[in-house]
Amino acid sequence: MRPIRLALAALLVTALPARAETVTDFTLGNGLEVVVIEDHRAPVVVQMVWYRVGAADEPAGKSGIAHFLEHLMFKGTDDLGPGEFSAIVQANGGSDNAFTSWDYTAYFQRVAADRLGLMMEIEADRMRDLRLADGDVLTERAVILEERNQRTENDPGALFSEQRRAAQYQNHPYGIPIIGWKHEMEGLTRADALAFYETYYAPNNAILVVAGDVDPDEVRALAEEHYGPLAPSGALPERARPQEPPQLAERRLKFADPRVAQPYVLRTYLAPERDPGAQQTAAALTYLAQILGGEGANSVLGDKLQFEARTAIYTSAFYDGLSLDDTTFGLVVVPAPGVGLDEAEAALDNALAEFLAEGIDPELFATLKTQTHASEIFSRDSVQGLARRYGAALTSGLTVEDVQAWPDILQAVTPEDVMEAARDVLNRSNAVTGWLERPADERTEVTQ
Amino acid sequence: MSMVRILAIAGLALWLALPARAAIEIQEVTSPGGIDAWLVESHEIPFVALEIRFRGGASLDAPDKRGAINLMTALLEEGSGEMDARAFVRARDALAASFRFDAGQDAISVSARMLTENRDAAVDLLRQALHEPRFDADAIDRVRGQVLANIRSDAKDPGTIAAQTFDRLAFGDHPYASASDGTEESVAALTRDDLVEAHARVIARDRIHVAAAGDITAEELGALLDRLFNGLPKTGAPLPDRAAYALDGGVTVVPFDTPQSSAVFGHEGMERDHPDFFAAYVMNEVLGAGGFESRLMKEVRVKRGLTYGVYSYIYPMDYAALMLGQVASANNRMAEAISVIRDEWAKMAAEGVTEQELEDVKTYLTGAYPLRFDGNAPIARILVGMQMEGLSPDYVNTRNDQIMAVTLEDVRRVAGEVLQPDRLHFVVVGRPEGLETTN
Repeated sequence: MRPIRLALAALLVTALPARAETVTDFTLGNGLEVVVIEDHRAPVVVQMVWYRVGAADEPAGKSGIAHFLEHLMFKGTDDLGPGEFSAIVQANGGSDNAFTSWDYTAYFQRVAADRLGLMMEIEADRMRDLRLADGDVLTERAVILEERNQRTENDPGALFSEQRRAAQYQNHPYGIPIIGWKHEMEGLTRADALAFYETYYAPNNAILVVAGDVDPDEVRALAEEHYGPLAPSGALPERARPQEPPQLAERRLKFADPRVAQPYVLRTYLAPERDPGAQQTAAALTYLAQILGGEGANSVLGDKLQFEARTAIYTSAFYDGLSLDDTTFGLVVVPAPGVGLDEAEAALDNALAEFLAEGIDPELFATLKTQTHASEIFSRDSVQGLARRYGAALTSGLTVEDVQAWPDILQAVTPEDVMEAARDVLNRSNAVTGWLERPADERTEVTQ
Repeated sequence: MSMVRILAIAGLALWLALPARAAIEIQEVTSPGGIDAWLVESHEIPFVALEIRFRGGASLDAPDKRGAINLMTALLEEGSGEMDARAFVRARDALAASFRFDAGQDAISVSARMLTENRDAAVDLLRQALHEPRFDADAIDRVRGQVLANIRSDAKDPGTIAAQTFDRLAFGDHPYASASDGTEESVAALTRDDLVEAHARVIARDRIHVAAAGDITAEELGALLDRLFNGLPKTGAPLPDRAAYALDGGVTVVPFDTPQSSAVFGHEGMERDHPDFFAAYVMNEVLGAGGFESRLMKEVRVKRGLTYGVYSYIYPMDYAALMLGQVASANNRMAEAISVIRDEWAKMAAEGVTEQELEDVKTYLTGAYPLRFDGNAPIARILVGMQMEGLSPDYVNTRNDQIMAVTLEDVRRVAGEVLQPDRLHFVVVGRPEGLETTN
């Protein structure tokens, strides 16, 4: 790699410790964990309730039930009618929504800081007192099927990604889509939703994150008042999903669809996640993703495939260590016009082999350290982003201490750590390589 | 939990919501060199967010050069001064600065975040990108390839096809009729000279708007503005003409093999500076902008399960104004969704909103407004957006009063003017059952 020497080099950011966010955490008597993040710049608060349950905790044959229940949580309680929850939030100038992943289901409201008590009152209400009418459940099932149409059925890239995950995980439910397989979604019932709700929605399976212009003592008092009286569940199942066996055979798939505009190669490798007290490998993989494919003009794949050989118009690498169980490390190559997917994949493998032989450019590594430090500063501009960071981490098995240790762990990573992690993870036996392409009879268009 | 208690608290909160104001103080800064900017100082986090707009944007493409300004804008970060593309990105990353360049129909946007500790060097680099782009041949080819890939992807995306078809039918010869990316043919034909010309057309001092928020003083911002903009040409190409609206009521079906149809619908709308704008805004909040509480969401999604999302928008642009909406529904259900939307459009046009709806929506809008100002980046974006709309800094203090002043009768009258059920045109992409192209 050609090192560039610049007059600017003297101005490299010194790794001054960024003053971290102010965080307080405590647990109520019924097991509800509470995290308070203070940011007094604007009179705003975000309340998030995160449940330690997601799509990977669903019973077999009921795919999509975690996400379906998320929708149904807006359909009323013993005290509130269908839709009334969101109406109260809006009547207070707030906005609310919810989201579901494999490891968590989360609900949030963003509102003026003096409305926090009311938000807690209604969120606590639906933690234990959901009521569902048959008609509402059937109509909402039509909505989630349209959501699947919009997100997945109408998008060949999303269908391809679903197939790829199913091939990646041979035993773990991460191979099942969050929104559900269509044929199983069509059969989901009110009873399925309530059974899932009664099993998993309880204070001892939840994390309350309150972020914004709040005082931790006041948050504690309000949380005691509204969530404190809720009974914990005595029958929470142990959170142990079926784990992956050793993966011994590389998997390959081709997905052809006439709606594909731009063919590409996508490969994912099974990869370790951030574990409590053991985040070093994940930190090294976080750098590896940036080094291989973070920024086109300043990354290994961009350099070799976009700038030197010009076999690709876009390259990327991705890794997200926030996961309860094994996650994935991914690579994408979008070939230049006239370059076939076979050539693109060969170029990718050549680039990886060269990287493993050449090692890491020290200048790039120093730049990434600087950016990691800066991103901690920039991230403090969004208190909602910080709230999501804690919620996602705590539902993925990490602790508040793990979240706070993460920036220092990132700063401590060495190029040797990254190369060791690279040699471990870039193992084709653990990998799925997929080609997204057009049907053979339409492929002549590609090079036009 | 008792219902009475929740309602009592909700009632109290309603009352409290009324006097809310944005808790920010906007300074108007003029640099020694004469560049105006708005600033919100906030020294808690050691960085500044800077938002720059060059009015005119991609609509200033020369005739037959569609896509030139978009490609030029993408190339600003692909080499400038003594640096080629990779050198520039390495220099930027070494400073951990973030620059984003985007060409919209009405403006080129530059969004920057710069750390306090190396701000001067970051400003120098941004200046270099704006003043001295190189437009190297290899960079042009590389970025052109990416733009062409985006154009091909858009051509296979049902939602994008619907939006682009609507624009094409609505705006005739005006630049608004076509995507700012250009077409495969127009982009393939662009030369380096075209890009130099595109730069001269739009990157000029007489069309700059700037806002900053974060760790910087007014004096420091003044110096920054001159460093950034001194030496740019005084003027560029004349700003575009108004766009005539050419579409009438009806349906256009664009056949596309996919399970779910996507629709964009609308007709002419209301200008941002119209005296009744707030009445129209309040009306639209009830009709289709207000999340789960809007009439369209309730009728199309909550009651009938016909869609995951349906929305309406008051959509004023610099040189035209639209009243727009969008929805997606399975091919065999789209006709029903459209029929429900038409009914709601007509009902609102005839009757306006109810007293309760008006009260609820005012409480929501006035309560939600101050919550937007919750970070340097959003504050800078809001401020520059206000400048683009011709508002004064005091708007943040008067906006809620203007919402509160809207009456039931205002909304009824304005709904009848703004909503034109007979002129509503639906562009539907998919294989919608029971729908055919009219006129």
